Amino acid sequence: MSSAALFIAVFLACAVEAVEATTIVLAAGTARDWRSALTGVAAGLGLLAVIVAGLGPALTAIPLQSLRLVVGGLLLVFGLQWLRKAILRASGHKALHDEEKIFATELSAAGAAEAHQVGYVRDWYSFTLSFKGVVLEGLEVAFIALTFGSNQKNIPLAALAAVSAVVVVAAGGVAVRAPLARVPENSMKFVVGVMLTSFGTFWGAEGAGAHWPGSDAALLVLVPLYALFGVLLSVALRPRPGAKLAYSAEA
Amino acid sequence: MVLSKLKAFYDFWYDFIVGDDWRVAIGVVVALSITWGISGSRFPAWWLVPAAVVLLLPYSLWRAVRTS
Repeated sequence: MSSAALFIAVFLACAVEAVEATTIVLAAGTARDWRSALTGVAAGLGLLAVIVAGLGPALTAIPLQSLRLVVGGLLLVFGLQWLRKAILRASGHKALHDEEKIFATELSAAGAAEAHQVGYVRDWYSFTLSFKGVVLEGLEVAFIALTFGSNQKNIPLAALAAVSAVVVVAAGGVAVRAPLARVPENSMKFVVGVMLTSFGTFWGAEGAGAHWPGSDAALLVLVPLYALFGVLLSVALRPRPGAKLAYSAEA
Repeated sequence: MVLSKLKAFYDFWYDFIVGDDWRVAIGVVVALSITWGISGSRFPAWWLVPAAVVLLLPYSLWRAVRTS
C-alpha cells in the first residue's frame, strides 16, 4: 500500500469522527462553560495519547502474520459496519447524519443540566460531555491509525494523518463557531468503509495464510470493486418513487 | 451498581467491536477460519474473504431494510 493511501484512509476516518466530537464540544462550550469543555477535550486527548503510546509499541512486537489476521478481521468488521450505514443512508433507509440537529439536541440537554464544580473543573457537566465525546469518537480512530500504521510499519505517518485531521476539523469548528454541517460526512463514511473493508479483506486473508494473486497489487483491484459494489447496492436499495419509507431504528 | 457498570462496559465493547449486526462479525470470523483451514492445502484461499463480503453485506442490508 502506498503512503498516500495510508494517509488518506486514516485522515478521512479521523476527520469524520472529529466532526462529530467537535459538535459535542461546541454544544458543551456554547451552552455552558468553554473552559470546562476545553479541559474535557484536553483530558480526552491525553487519555487517547496514553492508549496509543501504550498500544503502539505492543502492536509492533506482535508477529506480522498474527497481527494481520486479528487486525484484518477487526478492520473488516468495522469496514462492513461503516459501509452498511453509509449505504443505508445513501439509499434513504436511514436518516442522514445531521450535525445541526445533533448540536440542537446536545445544546438543549446541556442547558437543562445543573452546574456543579469538581476540583479545578468549574462545570463538571461540560467537562464530562466533552471528555466522553472526544474519547468515544477518538477510540475507533486511534485503533484504525494504529493498526494501519503498524501493518504498514509506518505509525508516524498514520499519527500525522490523524493529528492533521483533528487540527483541520478543530480549526474549522473554531472558525465558524457552529457545527460543521457542510462537511460531506456520509460520503466520507462511504469512502472510509470501502478502504477499511478492502484492507481488512487483504490483511485478514493474508494473516490466515492466503496468498493474493499479484501480491499488494490485489488492493488496487479490491478498492474499486468494493466501491462499485457499494454504489450498486445503494442504487438497488433505493425505494421506487412513491414508496413509503421508514428509517431504520439503528443509531 | 457494580453490575450496571459491568453491563455498560460490556455494552460499550460489544458496540465498539461487533456493531449493529452480529451476523457480520460472525460471518467474518467464519470466513477467516475457513481461509486459514484451506490455506495449507493446494487450493487457493484468497477468494474466500471477498466472497464472504459479497454475501454478508447485501444480507445485512436486506435485514436492515426489511426491519425499517
